[in-house]
Amino acid sequence: MSDGASQPSVDTSPKVSDEIRKTTCYMCACRCGIDVHMRDGKIRYIEGNRDHPINRGVLCAKGSAGIMQHYAPSRLQNPLVRVGERGEGKFKAISWEDALEKAIAWLATVRARDPKKLAFFTGRDQSQSLTSWWAQQYGTPNYAAHGGFCSVNMAAAGIYTMGGSFWEFGQPDWDRTKMFMIFGVAEDHDSNPIKLGLSKLKERGVKIVGVNPVRTGYNAIADEWVPVTPGTDGLFVLSLVHELLKAGTIDLDYLLRYTNAGWLVIEDEGGEDHGLFAHDVIGKPLAMNRKTNELAPADTVRRDAALRGQVTLDDGRKARPVFELLAEKYSDPQYAPSATASQTGIAAEQTERLAAELARVAFEEEIIINQPWTDMTGERHETMVGRPVSFHAMRGISAHSNGFQTCRALHLLQILLGSIECPGGFRFKPPYPKPSEAHPTPNADFSPNQSLPGPHLGYPRGPEDLLIEDDGSPQRIDKAFSWDNPMSVHGLMHTVISNAYHGDPYPIEVLFLYMANMSWNSSMDPKGMMEMLTAKNDDGSYVIPKIIYSDAYSSEMVAYADLILPDTTYLERHDCISMLDRPICEPTAAADSIRWPVVEPDRDVRGFQSVLLDLGARLGLDGMVDKSGDPAFADYADYIARHERKPGIGPLAGFRGEDKSERGRGTPNPEQVQDYIDNGGFWIEHIPDDALFFKHANAGYQAWAVSMGFYDKPSPVTFQLYLEPMAKFQRAAEGFGEQVPPQHLRQQILDAFDPLPIWYPSSEVDPEYPLHAITQRPAAMYHSWGGQNAWLRQIHGRNPLYVPGKVCDEAGLKDGDWAWVISRHGRIKVPVMRMEAVNDKTLWTWNAIGKRKGAWALKPGAPETTKGFLLNHLISDLLPSRGDGMRWSNSDPITGQGAWYDLRVRIEKAGDESSENQESEPTTEPQTSPVGEGPGDVAYGKEWSK
Amino acid sequence: MTSLPAQTQRKLGLVIDLDTCVGCHACVVNCKEWNTGGYGASLSDQDAYGAGPTGTWLNRVHSYEISPPDGPAQIVHFPRSCLHCEDAPCVTVCPTGASYKRVDDGIVLVNEDWCIGCGLCAWSCPYGARELDAAAGVMKKCTLCVDRIYNENLPEIDREPACVRTCPSRARHFGDLGDPDSHVSRLVASRGGMDLMAEQGTKPVNKYLPPRAKQKTEQTGTTRTTNHEPPAGGFLGWLDNALEKLG
Repeated sequence: MSDGASQPSVDTSPKVSDEIRKTTCYMCACRCGIDVHMRDGKIRYIEGNRDHPINRGVLCAKGSAGIMQHYAPSRLQNPLVRVGERGEGKFKAISWEDALEKAIAWLATVRARDPKKLAFFTGRDQSQSLTSWWAQQYGTPNYAAHGGFCSVNMAAAGIYTMGGSFWEFGQPDWDRTKMFMIFGVAEDHDSNPIKLGLSKLKERGVKIVGVNPVRTGYNAIADEWVPVTPGTDGLFVLSLVHELLKAGTIDLDYLLRYTNAGWLVIEDEGGEDHGLFAHDVIGKPLAMNRKTNELAPADTVRRDAALRGQVTLDDGRKARPVFELLAEKYSDPQYAPSATASQTGIAAEQTERLAAELARVAFEEEIIINQPWTDMTGERHETMVGRPVSFHAMRGISAHSNGFQTCRALHLLQILLGSIECPGGFRFKPPYPKPSEAHPTPNADFSPNQSLPGPHLGYPRGPEDLLIEDDGSPQRIDKAFSWDNPMSVHGLMHTVISNAYHGDPYPIEVLFLYMANMSWNSSMDPKGMMEMLTAKNDDGSYVIPKIIYSDAYSSEMVAYADLILPDTTYLERHDCISMLDRPICEPTAAADSIRWPVVEPDRDVRGFQSVLLDLGARLGLDGMVDKSGDPAFADYADYIARHERKPGIGPLAGFRGEDKSERGRGTPNPEQVQDYIDNGGFWIEHIPDDALFFKHANAGYQAWAVSMGFYDKPSPVTFQLYLEPMAKFQRAAEGFGEQVPPQHLRQQILDAFDPLPIWYPSSEVDPEYPLHAITQRPAAMYHSWGGQNAWLRQIHGRNPLYVPGKVCDEAGLKDGDWAWVISRHGRIKVPVMRMEAVNDKTLWTWNAIGKRKGAWALKPGAPETTKGFLLNHLISDLLPSRGDGMRWSNSDPITGQGAWYDLRVRIEKAGDESSENQESEPTTEPQTSPVGEGPGDVAYGKEWSK
Repeated sequence: MTSLPAQTQRKLGLVIDLDTCVGCHACVVNCKEWNTGGYGASLSDQDAYGAGPTGTWLNRVHSYEISPPDGPAQIVHFPRSCLHCEDAPCVTVCPTGASYKRVDDGIVLVNEDWCIGCGLCAWSCPYGARELDAAAGVMKKCTLCVDRIYNENLPEIDREPACVRTCPSRARHFGDLGDPDSHVSRLVASRGGMDLMAEQGTKPVNKYLPPRAKQKTEQTGTTRTTNHEPPAGGFLGWLDNALEKLG
């Protein structure tokens, strides 16, 4: 018996930890600051770092499950060399010295003979400024990270149009915006900042509109849902543009000041320069002064530019301003909401009303901040005027074959509303905005034992920047920057294995991958991928001769490697989240951060970046050895502190210079990593008040950016409503210029490369396959990593296929049934769950839950391997054959972005067996686990409880 | 049988905002990692890497789909943990006195030394908020992080439940619901905070803030853009006028 008088006494102040170590999370790509509580040399607890700009103390499910990731039984233990057949997973442990010498023997030979025979591609790599530099110094043209199959359309469209995009490039002004629309975002990219932002909007009662075929996660809490049909977001956006133009609710003053609306486009149908900008003799684009009727460089005419009317140029040719072309195009009735509704699935009234709401909020609820600033023309402004509507978008709109143009369309909408870089609108994060012309052009000029002259990836200005041979064939293994996809600014990692197998454009000798599960969930057609990785020549040798792979865990890809270089967990490693790479800045501040070994590895593993520097030194690569030929850096931490990309600019911007007081630019500080540790694992520098908005045209911001080293001279951005590089590719497709595309690609280029955003169907309508099928990433799981996590796999250990009620009724499906989902490429058998809050032509499931038996140290019967499934089996890396002998890639013809979400399917009930007796199909033979199986029961932390 | 205190000095509890919860499970997992090394036995997992992984959790999120008659279907994410009821049936049903409600702050707690793992309390809880730990054989439940909220080894700002501190959408709030002036009481008053299954008569201390009405379109209001007639003189006429005004 107990009562209030004699209650047990509870120790309410137990010891928490011996020490807190502040580092950076790596449970997804969000890169939050974390406080790791250490006790007895083990991790007691991980929580968000309250001071950190990304997450401000909060932490998601993935981050909170970091303990289980760090101690996962699937961690690789030591370097491995394959002893069985590829795919079996049979390995022998070897020493690091033997592993490195083996790698060097392969890499040095290729470098001396034909460096392009090394394909080095990295997946969820957060050290791209190192890995790309290493590949450049090695001298292979074949390097990229995973952007090509992730969201390159978003990045490329943003940089080309306005000098930056969403996520790392910028974000809504959460504190001031009054209407927010979010397109194609499941619970990733980026995770905690969006949730924090949404909570701010909710607190202020701001309307949130979710544009997504599926109403989960962020879309579930949106005030209004737009159940768009996959692949039609661009059409919906252009209908909004149509409505704004019809009503005259656009910001003309903004367009005149900050965009190329007044620039003149040559109209010379059939001529070489048709569709290009009219230039003066020194190459400056021209505009017509509507007050004086004189032609002059656009940057001098500015607000006085004519926005309509045909102009006769000095040479007699005609030209018209961009704005008139734009107004004419989108005023066309084909973009009227009533005309687009049947394709988008969005009622005309909803599109019309949303356009009206955007306009009302932008123009009738404008924000004025009393902060003087000076623009790049020297004009002083007493206030900062804001159009408080904002947008965010991600892979849902970009992973289509029309994704580049769709992303461009969304930026056009933002710009017409005057909502970029203003209070309440979309705000760039330093070092963005950065115009495409301030980025390098791509490089592939290789020769034996030489470095490349510049970075692999860049922004082509026109056909002259393509990486093609004299006969037009691609120079790169992934065909990036070729006529197949000229603006593939992130490369095409998803084509590498297939191209290498087919010897198209050429075979390779060594495939070197980091942190990319290319035999499984990161590839289209994993079955085909596994066959290509194991395919042999007549003499018994593998078609892809040598595969080196680095991963921390026993993933599916491990089984296909010949040599494994085991990586550390994220809590055992050094890293830098660098502004040379994918920054963590805020709209109000520049910031970067580090990881450091808060625990030492208890296995024979090494951080991949240190290994890469070691390999570089052994190969004698420029910059990785000193004058006497010794390693230039002791390890990655040493590189982080001492490497200079150019004088004064290094991986980290904080605590530079002899007295550690310099930021951005400054001599290397050998103690920099410790200074970051002492500062909580990150560094932040706030932007001056007069530089906080209109960064693309703000003299104060541009001066600050130069002082920080983002660029060496001011690089303001004129927003490119009309994108001339696209017109240049079209001219080439008409046969003009020195570089012209092969005949079979000309029509594709003419159709897709419209210099004004357009919409075209992302996939062919085929009555055999009337439905769409897509995946979303769950909030509590990241790629395939979650399957090994004892806590997260209890949340997402299996993934049903969610099927709209209407489709269930037609197909006779109910919860717990199994169904065949069939595409042109293949068929999968999956468990079904009925759902209503989804576009009625769209099936969907969670991404990357299905696992291969034997992977990730999971035991036989793990639901991930029996009930879980991958949609990937339905998606081919190639489009259906056109009978022309060509291999047509399933990607955006502009950027090469993998068109994951173009998938079309049908669904049929699969037998009447009860759910628990069935397994998902196709099945894959088990792989042997090099790390055994995980333990049965776990009670983590029991030594501290009680 | 165990008695409940006639009244408690404070009524500490959570206010959970269903309008803001995105169902991300951050609270669920952060609760697990704090509490598995915290008060009482650790929160064990069985068959952790096998065919049927299960474990003890003090907080779970369920997602429900609703199809209202006048709008499109929607999803509500519903985090569920102990509600620290004033008339807690889990306490009165306890045969050993292990389950009790603290007089000081109203937290319902299990004294694990006295718990025999009979499971009666879990059976009596209408909310399913208690879980018997399969390894330790004792009943586990939300403690409101009793080992955090008063913990002098933590900075004052961190003396709140782990689920509240970690929630990325700020959907969880902690405070004294017995104090009408506390921020949680004010939230409940202003947002129409509700008792979960009030008809059960358990008088839960935790409250839920209901989701706001969705698909509200009346706020469009009147604007020139709601009139879809083209401006006089057509688009070009509008353009000339508008440029004229810019000067």
